[in-house]
Amino acid sequence: MSESESYYQLARRRGVTRRDFLKFCALTGAMLGLDAAEFPKIVQALETKPRLPVIYLNLQECTCCTESLLRSAHPLIADLIFNMISLDYMEPLQAAAGKQAEEVRLKTMKDYPGAYLLIVEGSATLGDGGVYCTIGGKSSTELLKEVANGAAAVIAYGSCATNACVQGAYPNPTQAVPIRNVVKNKPVIDVPGCPPIAEVITGTIVHYLTYGKIPELTNLGRPKAFYQHRVHDNCVRRAFFDAGQFVETFDDAGAKQGWCLYKVGCKGPTTYNACAITEWNDGVSYPIKSGHPCIGCSENNYFDNTPFYTRLAMIPNNAIGKDADTIGAGLLGLTGIAVAAHAGMTAVVKNREKNGKESNHDKNRN
Amino acid sequence: MTRIVIDPITRIEGHLRIEAVVEGNRIIDAISTGTVFRGIEKIVENRDPRDVWAFVQRICGVCTHIHALASIRAVEDALDIRIPKNANHIRNIMTATQFVQDHVIHFYHLHGFDWIDVLSALKADPVQTSALARSISNWPNSSDGYFRDVQTKVKTLVESGQLGIFANAYWGHPAYRLPPEANLMGVAHYIEALTWQKEVAKIHTIFGGKNPHPNYLVGGMASTLNMDDNSVINMERLNLVKTKIDEAQVFVDQVLIPDIFAIASFYKQDLYGGGGGNYLAYGGIPTSDIREPESFLFPSGVVLNRDLSKVYDIDLKDPKQIQEFVSHSWYRYDDPKAGLHPWQGKTEASYDGPRPPYNNVDEKKGYSWIKEPRWQGQAMEVGPLARFVIAYARGNKEIKGLVDEALHRLDLPVTALFSTLGRTLARALESKYLVNQLAGFYSNLVANIKAGDSQTFNGEKWEPEKWPAQAQGVGFAEAPRGALGHWVKINNGKVSAYQAVVPTTWNASPRDDSGQKGPYESSLLDTPIVNEDQPLELLRTIHSFDPCLACATHLLTPEGEEILKVRVL
Repeated sequence: MSESESYYQLARRRGVTRRDFLKFCALTGAMLGLDAAEFPKIVQALETKPRLPVIYLNLQECTCCTESLLRSAHPLIADLIFNMISLDYMEPLQAAAGKQAEEVRLKTMKDYPGAYLLIVEGSATLGDGGVYCTIGGKSSTELLKEVANGAAAVIAYGSCATNACVQGAYPNPTQAVPIRNVVKNKPVIDVPGCPPIAEVITGTIVHYLTYGKIPELTNLGRPKAFYQHRVHDNCVRRAFFDAGQFVETFDDAGAKQGWCLYKVGCKGPTTYNACAITEWNDGVSYPIKSGHPCIGCSENNYFDNTPFYTRLAMIPNNAIGKDADTIGAGLLGLTGIAVAAHAGMTAVVKNREKNGKESNHDKNRN
Repeated sequence: MTRIVIDPITRIEGHLRIEAVVEGNRIIDAISTGTVFRGIEKIVENRDPRDVWAFVQRICGVCTHIHALASIRAVEDALDIRIPKNANHIRNIMTATQFVQDHVIHFYHLHGFDWIDVLSALKADPVQTSALARSISNWPNSSDGYFRDVQTKVKTLVESGQLGIFANAYWGHPAYRLPPEANLMGVAHYIEALTWQKEVAKIHTIFGGKNPHPNYLVGGMASTLNMDDNSVINMERLNLVKTKIDEAQVFVDQVLIPDIFAIASFYKQDLYGGGGGNYLAYGGIPTSDIREPESFLFPSGVVLNRDLSKVYDIDLKDPKQIQEFVSHSWYRYDDPKAGLHPWQGKTEASYDGPRPPYNNVDEKKGYSWIKEPRWQGQAMEVGPLARFVIAYARGNKEIKGLVDEALHRLDLPVTALFSTLGRTLARALESKYLVNQLAGFYSNLVANIKAGDSQTFNGEKWEPEKWPAQAQGVGFAEAPRGALGHWVKINNGKVSAYQAVVPTTWNASPRDDSGQKGPYESSLLDTPIVNEDQPLELLRTIHSFDPCLACATHLLTPEGEEILKVRVL
């Protein structure tokens, strides 16, 4: 491994100036939310380390995570896969097919034992002896175990890998399960979302590449850098929530002024993700900003936490009411919704979120 | 006679396995197997019909958006919901955007290495590459210094010993026909397309909040229009849409189209891979409304046996026309020979394939998670070529013009369309056709807003109390990979049955009870194989369909459901 060229050497050889290289490092650091004092560490890592070998498995999934990865603006996906990591196996992109593709995977596993990074998109499936997803005639769940055994760490990328997503929703016909239910002997970093934001996954990879260790995680096993705040906390429509100005039906007068979508089902208050800060597709927008309620796609079991367009549906331990109207009516009558009601509502949401989080947490780890 | 296996077929969406019998450097039999299954149609039962688009959108993240669109159309059809004009315009902009983005990714990143030899690019002369590039296009990235940098980049990658995605491929295979300079240009555009595709996707982000998987809404669109407010879609947002449309136009005109012609000119003698010769399109992209087929940019119809003199009409609601069979699929019907229309669609898993790990499937039994959809008993190819064949036969002037001009430039007869190369050419021409339309869709939207209409949502039938107790509907669209249909039944406000018959189900289908092969299988029958260890030509033909396996294999298993109830509850 030490004989390979570092990212910096490669960059210099292809004509990147040192100045541009340092600029790139600073941008990466800023994206990771690092203090400027940390930037030299990034510079040092990229200057001295060979390109990190990566095996990327696509299991039971829809490939939206792969597509999101391709949308990364900083770093550009071409920079990531040609200059920063060595993407040795990834079915949707690699040139080799069939047995030649499998040979590459086996070679990386043999040449870099305990040193390659495994990224997994998709859920494992336990149903009927693995017949619901096979690759090369092998059960994909067995393949996952085999590749995870020699990995330094595993990134469970996307909601399929972290919570089995749509195929794990009731009645879960294929017994789809999250990656951490199958991979027990390696650190697993959960990067949820359907899909996750491009810069969130590439940010997580570059963090690992830079520091050579997994980032600090939340109690749900997700990188704190991207998942410690609720979408609601930094939402562009938050001021309308606090002021009690809500969209009552889509495209109404409130909607045309960008009011809060809480009453048409927004899951922003219970969803931990970077949407409101990082935004999507190089900072263009995010679902709430574009007028649709958050559906909570980074939270466990979000497809069973439905219907999407009714607030507080099927949320456990909800003692007060069914939606914002009911809460407003209960406290103040139907004349209007005041700040006091919303302070109360926020407390309800927080309490529920704590309970919901614990129950999801338990289920996911069982 | 040798039986070769390619599993995984890479550079596709999902999990596909091909087994092929090769004799005398020709494929004489082929077996197409979809090897993944998730069960989404079962999962949406008993859900709120307004929610279902989000579930079925996750059928596929490459075809992101189009399943959501088919789903809301199915619900709107069932409940007789009319959408505002602006919503139709926005849906059209999003649909055409996805076609162009998806087709470009397919050509460069999924299909490109079937035509472009990366290692040969190392032998190219950058000066001559520059001359080649400037002779076919005005695209500014064409200096010899630029191509030298790209070449250096590939060279350092190769010399580092860490080839990454380029490792262990069929480089140097005799079926690669491009000179080194064209290969170098191809590699340069591979990298440029990778950077460009994320830009055009921003159009989805503006209207749908994110890409992949933008948001949709039964009854219209959730993205609100107000030219006098800066927290919703206003002129600044629309200008960003327009900018991305303009950039897409330039990329298609100056990179994709010149590349296709340059590459096709070296491969035009390779006209294998035509397959069964039956083509089907549901039609789509309605300039006025989905209920008005005369406004569709793609006409619907069926062409049989490559006979362009006759186009058959198609009816998605006729129980005798579109049917799914399961004779070689891992499902069971009461009558194993029956074909069921999607509204009657009944699916019961019956896996009788080999237990993993296995070496071969047995094509005499079930061998795929993909069903066998047929139109009046016939296997059908769907996709850009099918759309173009049908539009050509229907006399659509613009499409016929694009095809005739392309064939003239390449000096090929119209029958050359029925080939692997024809499929790839049609996809590129379709990108051109739709990128030309995008600016028009945008103008339609702006003109309608200017006329005083800013409505994007029709809420008259949003509440379930306004729905009939029972309803059924079909939603359809032309997806990048072909004809897409979602059939829904609604009972007392909940989904009681849901079936999706998707493009890759048509194309990747196994043989049926009469032995009629699916389009992948039949298209491989005359495909040459120079080297059995490196079946490059096979990959080229399969990739020309742009396989999308997550789409194709998502049916349900009542047996699996029982297992799960025990496990989860």
